[in-house]
Amino acid sequence: MTISNSIAITPELVASHGLKPDEYQRILDLIGREPSFTELGIFSAMWNEHCSYKSSKKWLRTLPTKGPRVIQGPGENAGVVDIDDGDVVVFKMESHNHPSYIEPYQGAATGVGGILRDVFTMGARPIAAMNALRFGAPDHPKTKHLVSGVVAGVGGYGNSFGVPTVGGEVEFDERYNGNILVNAFAAGLAKSDAIFLSEAKGVGLPVVYLGAKTGRDGVGGATMASAEFDESIEEKRPTVQVGDPFTEKCLLEACLELMQTGAVIAIQDMGAAGLTCSAVEMGAKGDLGIELNLDQVPVREERMTAYEMMLSESQERMLMVLQPEKEEEAKAIFVKWGLDFAIVGKTTDDLRFRVLHQGDEVANLPIKDLGDQAPEYDRPWTETKGRAPLPASEVAAPSDYNEALLKLVGSPNQASRRWVWEQYDTLIQGNSLQRPGGDAGVVRVEGHPSKGLAFSSDVTPRYVEADPFEGGKQAVAECWRNIVATGAEPLAATDNLNFGNPEKPEIMGQLVGAIKGIGEACKALDFPIVSGNVSLYNETNGVAILPTPTIAGVGLLPDWQKMAKIGSAQQDDKLIMIGSDGSHLGSSIYLRDICDSIEGPPPEVDLAAERRNGKFVRSVIRGGQVTACHDISSGGLAITLAEMAMASGKGAHISLSEQRGPAHALLFGEDQARYVVAVPADLADFVQASAEGAGVPFRPLGTVNGDRLVIDDLIDLPVVDLANAHESWFPGFMA
Amino acid sequence: MKSAVVQLPGLNRDRDMIAALTKISGKAPITIWQTETAIPDDVDLIVIPGGFSYGDYLRCGAIAARMPVLQAIKEKAEKGVKVLGVCNGFQILVEAGMLPGVLMRNTSLRFVCKDVKLEVINADTDFTRAYAKGQIIRCPVAHHDGNYFVDEETLAGMEDRGEIIFRYAEGTNPNGSLSDIAGVINSRGNVLGMMPHPENLIEAAHGGNDGRGIFASALEVIAA
Repeated sequence: MTISNSIAITPELVASHGLKPDEYQRILDLIGREPSFTELGIFSAMWNEHCSYKSSKKWLRTLPTKGPRVIQGPGENAGVVDIDDGDVVVFKMESHNHPSYIEPYQGAATGVGGILRDVFTMGARPIAAMNALRFGAPDHPKTKHLVSGVVAGVGGYGNSFGVPTVGGEVEFDERYNGNILVNAFAAGLAKSDAIFLSEAKGVGLPVVYLGAKTGRDGVGGATMASAEFDESIEEKRPTVQVGDPFTEKCLLEACLELMQTGAVIAIQDMGAAGLTCSAVEMGAKGDLGIELNLDQVPVREERMTAYEMMLSESQERMLMVLQPEKEEEAKAIFVKWGLDFAIVGKTTDDLRFRVLHQGDEVANLPIKDLGDQAPEYDRPWTETKGRAPLPASEVAAPSDYNEALLKLVGSPNQASRRWVWEQYDTLIQGNSLQRPGGDAGVVRVEGHPSKGLAFSSDVTPRYVEADPFEGGKQAVAECWRNIVATGAEPLAATDNLNFGNPEKPEIMGQLVGAIKGIGEACKALDFPIVSGNVSLYNETNGVAILPTPTIAGVGLLPDWQKMAKIGSAQQDDKLIMIGSDGSHLGSSIYLRDICDSIEGPPPEVDLAAERRNGKFVRSVIRGGQVTACHDISSGGLAITLAEMAMASGKGAHISLSEQRGPAHALLFGEDQARYVVAVPADLADFVQASAEGAGVPFRPLGTVNGDRLVIDDLIDLPVVDLANAHESWFPGFMA
Repeated sequence: MKSAVVQLPGLNRDRDMIAALTKISGKAPITIWQTETAIPDDVDLIVIPGGFSYGDYLRCGAIAARMPVLQAIKEKAEKGVKVLGVCNGFQILVEAGMLPGVLMRNTSLRFVCKDVKLEVINADTDFTRAYAKGQIIRCPVAHHDGNYFVDEETLAGMEDRGEIIFRYAEGTNPNGSLSDIAGVINSRGNVLGMMPHPENLIEAAHGGNDGRGIFASALEVIAA
């Protein structure tokens, strides 16, 4: 007995599927009749914001996505970038925000599972993961529970699957009280001549279902993720999927084995909107129809309806188009790994998406209109108003610099994230060269004697809120800078755009402004966007999150023996600041956490200076002249020096005498395009002369020595006191 | 010397282990799949690597311990072939009754991945010959269930016979293990189980090579 497919389609039912009246009218016009219940579900799954990008597509098209190293840009499961020698890196970042708020462990776990699948669907073995996490205020009653669940979920899945987590972000702000952000990144390695795509080819070929069985979990998940939250949120728990990393690990090995047999024509993982989305995407991209017979779908629950099977978001599943003569060989691999392998349909030449169930045709829809020709909106938007300038002279200096610095290094947003990343396996695969805690995570490329890849994920939401355009630029610039700080050449990035309700012109304005800023920075820095994800409707009871366009980038180190780290400075090294003197305190950490104010514009990003200074820093690192390097970002020069001191366990004596401006701006200003490098004393003159020759502003800062951080007569703190403040906040908070 | 690495669904440090054995001995180990019941006669060292065999869904290592391949490993061990179990491999050896004790959830109840210090308690074994007694080495851990426990009487016997091989040193016990135990050997001295991952600390890229000695000893390729 199944639920009838002829349930009456009422306006309430349409609305509960997240479809607007004009969208429903479009369905009627398109098919010339009332849709069946299953068809309504399919439209809802394909046309929601999460799957269709209908509000953002117009603007995403403006992003630079091409470059000499880009092999595959947006539109596939992940982006593909050339890293020489026939090797490619395959990567993407994706959000799992809504489910992680409802059910933190499983929401975060399946977020990691989904992004790993995106990467290995393309034929790449995952080699690195990162997670950008944003939570509400530490004192909000739900925050601890969410932190604990999300971190355990990220670790639980990634550790069991067997990928090292090499970096990420954790931030707190009350604007995430009702909507946390879980942005998961994964990167994998493949060969450039063995990349697998989702575009189906050939008529009458078998469509094969691979992996775990289909259950009722996650039905309607993508639609849920395209709506705001209100008090009914607890009722949405059944829309969250349940992850099984063991099955995913088996699926990885089985897929990679299968791909070597030449059996795979096209492959697509079942993520959001499961069977529906994967089948439609493979067909629509290949200009083919798809016919599915649901009676063949492996199920783990009884009496599942066509509607449920089409909308289930059960995890660890794949769909592929198979070379028919390889069927037995392919099946044997999946049997070996204890996974399902079932022929569930075929490709057709009529551009229809047909679904059969128990002798009935429960859906018959035009496939192109579901997929790549889904609706698209040009939503009205208003530009975010610029903020009045805030000169440093109008910001109070701290009464006690020692106290201010200790407070900042031990504050919720600047404190060590060790409590988090020690729950992630950062070492598995044996290639981790830099673990979390530095500027970027670095892994070596297995099978190559010297190559390494650097990964960083960044955004400063308070800047984006103050000025979406500059904030968008800054997110790209900081990610690029963090990669440079290891000595790597930034190659390409993925974006994960998290915003509120795009139907509000001011929110749409944030999205448009940020994308414009991201585009400008990516162009100026030759840092194309090769994949990405958009998460909108991050609002609860009308309050939106801070606009958070996370940028995760990848860089290439030709020789990892010459990479720089944050904590490797040696006794008597000279410290040199690359870039201009600190001056900008608007929207800074100092202003927020010491002065309790969030006014002022964000620092402007001079992309030409960013590029020039970055190029210089990379050249001195690669020239072997640098023993340690760290970028200057939130908290300014003082935080950078403190972090370098804590990481190395060595003190420093610093003088600001050559710098111009108020001391609190020199120390806490968040001006961009800046780094601190440590160089052996006998190379300091050479490095400074090189900077001068390259037209790069620099300031000698002082010397690494002792066990105290001393800055003129302003700051004098034992490194161990800084470290205690830095390390104790998180464990204390979670205790 | 010929080595073999056991591959079970869900184990995920098999590739790390294969890389370590290959780099240290210059020879790639053979691999043994879950369904195999006969292990070649010329294998002198069988390694069960870390991971989450069968998802660790019943209890860590419990399902693996009941697979046919474990029976085959047990028979080899009874003939004197060396067996090394690391992390999930240690859990499997305990579940299979090849080593005493149990590995419980970490006292923090959280997964932990960090560097710890190990004291080599007994350097007079086939696995620790490359070290000196009392030597402190660095080694990473990465586990959720490494909290070793055994009853008092068994512990006393193990201590008397020198079967405690590694202890967490300098206050770095990451999991609440009884008596800081990180690794134990059987009475015959040919089956070693340990929670830390020496295979992840064998070369410059790992930031050190303190873990190398275990493989160098077991593979009899001890460098000076």
